[in-house]
This record gives sequence, structure tokens and C-alpha cells, in this order.
Amino acid sequence: MTLSSSSRYFALSVLGFLAATQVRAMDITGAGATFPYPIYAKWAEAYKVASGNGLNYQSIGSGGGIKQIKAKTVDFGATDKPLGKEELDRDHLVQWPMVIGGVVPVVNAVGIAPGQLKLTGELLADIYLGKVKKWNDPAIQALNKGVKLPNQDILVVSRSDGSGTTFIFTHYLTQVSAEWKTRVGSDTSVKWPTGINGKGNEGVASYVRQQSGAIGYVEYAYALQNKMVYVQMKNHDGQFVAPNDKSFSAAAANGNWKAEAGFYEVLTDEPGKASWPITGATFILMQQTQDHPDHAKVALSFFDWAYKNGAKSALELDYIPMPDNVVKLVEQSWKTSLKDTAGKPVF
Amino acid sequence: MGAVIIPFSERNRVINPAPNTLLSGKPQLREEAHRLQRWGDLLFENLTRFFAFLVLVTLIAILISLLVTSLPSLKAFGWGFLFSDEWDPVQDRFGALVPIYGTLVSSLIALTIALPVSFGIAIFLTEMAPAWLKRPLGTAIELLAAIPSIIYGMWGLFVFAPVFSQWVQPALKSLLGSLPGLSFLVEGPPMGIGMLTAGVILAIMVIPFVASVMRDVFELVPAVLKESAYGLGATTWEVVWKVVLPYTRVGVVGGVMLGLGRALGETMAVTFVIGNAQRLSPSLLAPGNSIASSLANEFAEAVGDLYTSALIELGLLLFVITTVVLAVAKIMLLRMGRREGKRS
Repeated sequence: MTLSSSSRYFALSVLGFLAATQVRAMDITGAGATFPYPIYAKWAEAYKVASGNGLNYQSIGSGGGIKQIKAKTVDFGATDKPLGKEELDRDHLVQWPMVIGGVVPVVNAVGIAPGQLKLTGELLADIYLGKVKKWNDPAIQALNKGVKLPNQDILVVSRSDGSGTTFIFTHYLTQVSAEWKTRVGSDTSVKWPTGINGKGNEGVASYVRQQSGAIGYVEYAYALQNKMVYVQMKNHDGQFVAPNDKSFSAAAANGNWKAEAGFYEVLTDEPGKASWPITGATFILMQQTQDHPDHAKVALSFFDWAYKNGAKSALELDYIPMPDNVVKLVEQSWKTSLKDTAGKPVF
Repeated sequence: MGAVIIPFSERNRVINPAPNTLLSGKPQLREEAHRLQRWGDLLFENLTRFFAFLVLVTLIAILISLLVTSLPSLKAFGWGFLFSDEWDPVQDRFGALVPIYGTLVSSLIALTIALPVSFGIAIFLTEMAPAWLKRPLGTAIELLAAIPSIIYGMWGLFVFAPVFSQWVQPALKSLLGSLPGLSFLVEGPPMGIGMLTAGVILAIMVIPFVASVMRDVFELVPAVLKESAYGLGATTWEVVWKVVLPYTRVGVVGGVMLGLGRALGETMAVTFVIGNAQRLSPSLLAPGNSIASSLANEFAEAVGDLYTSALIELGLLLFVITTVVLAVAKIMLLRMGRREGKRS
């Protein structure tokens, strides 16, 4: 008798607990890109403390995120490669940029210190096309007068897994090299003309560290934390810039963000004296018409909160927050494009 | 000491009162019990049948879903998919030659290394090791099988590959590079990663499986057989080669197939060390790719129907390759058995 009453009490209390949490807080779900996962997770943790609402983000990859939001199994999807206007309209999706990151070429050549080597986009493309094969190639030497370049073969290292980092990097190469554009193109994974491929940032980084003469590309945070030998790149305005949060922000500020185009913008080869040329945003996708406006409202409040309060933690993790003018545009677009089934704006 | 003496015939009943009241009771009850028992048997039989068929149904369901989802790619590329070395997600042109080649070659290298080593391990453990060494050594080998493959991959990349590129590969290059006709095997810079590294790592992963199966079946050989052979003056080698191995052939081939199955489908460890380049190269030092590794690398971020479908077709191919390998092994065993039948 005591057993059954105590178990009944237990069941009741569990029910009560569930009911209470139902009223007080809601968990929203998202899935997609792996690149922004650390910052989304950090924001989610802080937001849970601030509002009581939790976020369950599964970093299953951009492809998976796009599929899941199309199937409406999550409240939002996340992708590193923005969808075009046509696809957004066809699948009734809304898209906006959430946070910015930079991609950095890293090298391991005898006698070259971090930031010492200067490259142009054309040269980087030629190296990745396998046309420039030696570190002391006259073209590299011409840019780096006074630097003693080794007579060493260049080993090209790329990402083997599909990734937003690869998309941003190859997108940049298509901007600066006509040959790259026609021969290779840009995507989350491409047909690399030469070299070896490592899995993930850690795979590329370890190949570059192990193989003397290697060049690779990794996320900025990864290059920074592992003290890798980064290079200076010549930007659209002809200036050589080093990768850091200032040069990434400069690129973001010069971006051409338009709500009508679903904020489709890849921040590569942006104008501006201080702009780092290989920069890109990561994007959020939501359904235009919300079957569960309460979920959408919580999701949007989370993004709003992250725009307003998340800058510091983003910078700590070496992401760049969106510029204020872009945030304003994004939040305006929510009012016009995200509606419930009755046609009322959700946010 | 007033011990109660119980007549022998009654003892059972006292210790285990009314062992089968239902069965020995009234005829009605007995029938009831029989029916219950029948039901129980029937239930058990059907349950086991259900579980057994569940496996079959799952297998067929997987095959069907692989076929259906790879239809766009099957339609677009046809048989050409098998023979094209193109893998270009930007242009949506896909071919499976590079991953198929990589899967088969890396597994072949793995088996070439693993087979003699496992054989040696099993022989040592069953025939030669002193009793106090058998247990710990055997357990250590089984533990090796329990290490997750990602650990092998990371160890391969961070520890094995640098050592391999510095010491082993240059030695191989100077050894084979001077031989005419074989120098193509060691072309290219010794990077420490590539087909050969993947094969070696796979071999290390496969050895515990093959060795422990071999050891288990070697232990099944009746001592009488071995002792007779020894009694006739056979050496250990002769006993192993002419008595143990023929007696355990089926088990040994089974163990090898188990290892091959693991090597063909291994994903994480291979991804780390194979170099993941979609290029065909005869050199063992060059980077390549395997089917499982391509899938692991590209599936998550694959956007677009044809791309996804081509990846799933790769999965289907792996399925087919594994099935064919297992079928060939079975046929081989049957043939061997038949030959044996004729000889005796």
C-alpha cells in the first residue's frame, strides 16, 4: 500500500513538474552547420539562464540542417552556404546571417614566421591549381622581397569533409581567379586539382604542421589557438592585411546585405582598405509560415537576445558579431516575412 | 536427537512438495497445463522466428531504401558510375572508381599484413606459449579489438604517420624505387599518409579479430590428433600445417572474412590517414579515398539531390562489395569441402 501510494505520488510529481516546465519554459530545436556550433551552444547556455528557455542545437552539418528545416522537423536550420533567392522562395524559407567568421591560409615552410609571407588571391589560386609548385617561385618572391624563401615543393592541403570553410575559401578563389572559376568552382566540397585532404580543421592543421612545405586553410579560431603560421592577403583595394577581428569586421561592414535577396552575401573579396578578403557569415533558416508561432517567437527572441548580448562571447570564441546596421535590417525583415498561419507577424 | 526419518520414496515429495501439482492433478487440470505449455512453446517459437526474420527484413529494407534513394544517380550515370574517376560536386558529375579502388586496395594491404601476423599469434598462443602467458596475451589481443576506431585514426595521424614518413617510407622508396617495374608503387613524396598507411592501420585493427578467431578454432583441434602427429615424429610446423590448419580451415576462413568485412567498412580510422584525395594513383604512398571514408566526409554537408544520391549509391556499392566478398568466401569453402570429400 505504501509502495503504491508513494509511486503514485512520484508519478504525480513528475506530471506536475512537466506541466510546470511546459508553462514556464520552452525548448526550441535547431539543426545544421557545425562551424557556428560552439557559439550557438554558448549563447544557448547564457540564454537559458536569462530567460529559462532552452535551445537544443544539433550540429549535423549544413546539408542536414537544410533538409530538416524543409521537413519542418526543427524550429530553425543553420547553414554556412547561403541558399539562393529561388530556393528560398520555392521552399518558403526565410534566411538571415547570424555571425561571421574568417578563413585563414596557413603555411609550414622553412624559415617563414607568422604574418611574414604575403600572397595575392591569384597566387593562392595558382598554388591550389598546382601551377605554382615551389616556395621560391619568382611570383611569390616578387611579393616578398627580403624574405628568404626555401627551395621547397609546395604541398597543398584542403578539407576532405564538406564544410562551410571550404565554401568560403573556394568562393574567394572563384572571385579572384577566372581559371579557378571555370575549372573548379565553389561549393562545400570541390574537386581539388592537387594535394591531400584532411578531415576537419584539425585534420588540415595537423597535415600542415607535419609536412614541411605545406599550405592549408583553416578557420581563424583554429589558426589562432594553435599558433599557426598565417599569411597576409592582398585585398580588393590592393592592401595587404593580416587576419584578425578588425579586418573581418571591416569586410562585414562593407557587405551588400539585402533582405529581399534573403541576405545572400558571401563576404569574399569585399572592398575596403582594412577588409580581410576571405570572410563569410553563417546563416539561419526558418519557415515563412509558422505552424507553431509560440516556438518561432521563442526562437526569434533567442536570436534577438544573441544579437544584443552575444557579441562579447562571440569575440571570445573568435567569431565576429554582425554589424548593427545589418542586425537592424534582419530584425525588420522578421516582421514582414515571418508570419503565423493567420498571417500575423510572429515577432 | 529426534531426527525424523523420512522414507526414501517420500523424500522427494517433502523436499520438493508436489513437484507438478498441475500435471499430476485432475485430468482437467492436466489438460489445462498441457495447453498452457503448448501456448508457451508456440509463443517462444514464434518469437524466435520473428527475431530471426527481423534481421532478414531489415537487410532487405536497407537494400530497398538504398536502391530507391540512389535512383537519381543510377539514372544519371548508369554503369559509367563504376568506371569514372570524376568526383566533382560543383559540376554534379560523380564516379565511384577512386573510392572503389581505394576500398579494395587498402583492405588487400591490410589482409596481406594481418594474415601472417594473426596466424603467428594464434599458433604461438595455442601451441607454444607457456600456460602463464596464454591468458594475459590473449586478453591483451582481445582488448585491442575493443579500442574504438577513432582512436586508431587519431593515433595513426598524430603518432604513426610522422614516424612512417620519416623512417619507413624513405626506406621503402630506396628499396623498391631502384627495382625496375616496382618503382611506380613508391612514387611521390613520403608524406606519411596515403594508401599504405591506411592499409597498415587497418591491418592493426583487423589483427585482433582474425587472431582471436584463429586461436579459438585452433584450440578446438582434438589433442589426440595433434599428439598422434607428434608421436609420429612431426615437427610443430608440420603439425600446424598438416593437422591443425586442415582441421580448422572453415573457422580460419571465417575469421579472415570477419577481418575483411571490418577492413572494407572501416570509416573513421581510414578517413584520418588515407589522404582523402579523389585521384587515382598506382603509388602506395599517394593519397587515395575509400567508400566509407567518402561517405563520412561528405554526407553531412552534401546539398543537392544528385550529390546525396551519388553518395548513397556509393553506400549501395559497399553493400554489394561486402555481399560479393562473403558469397565468394562461402563458395570457396563449399568447393574445399567437396574436394575433401573426393579425396577421402
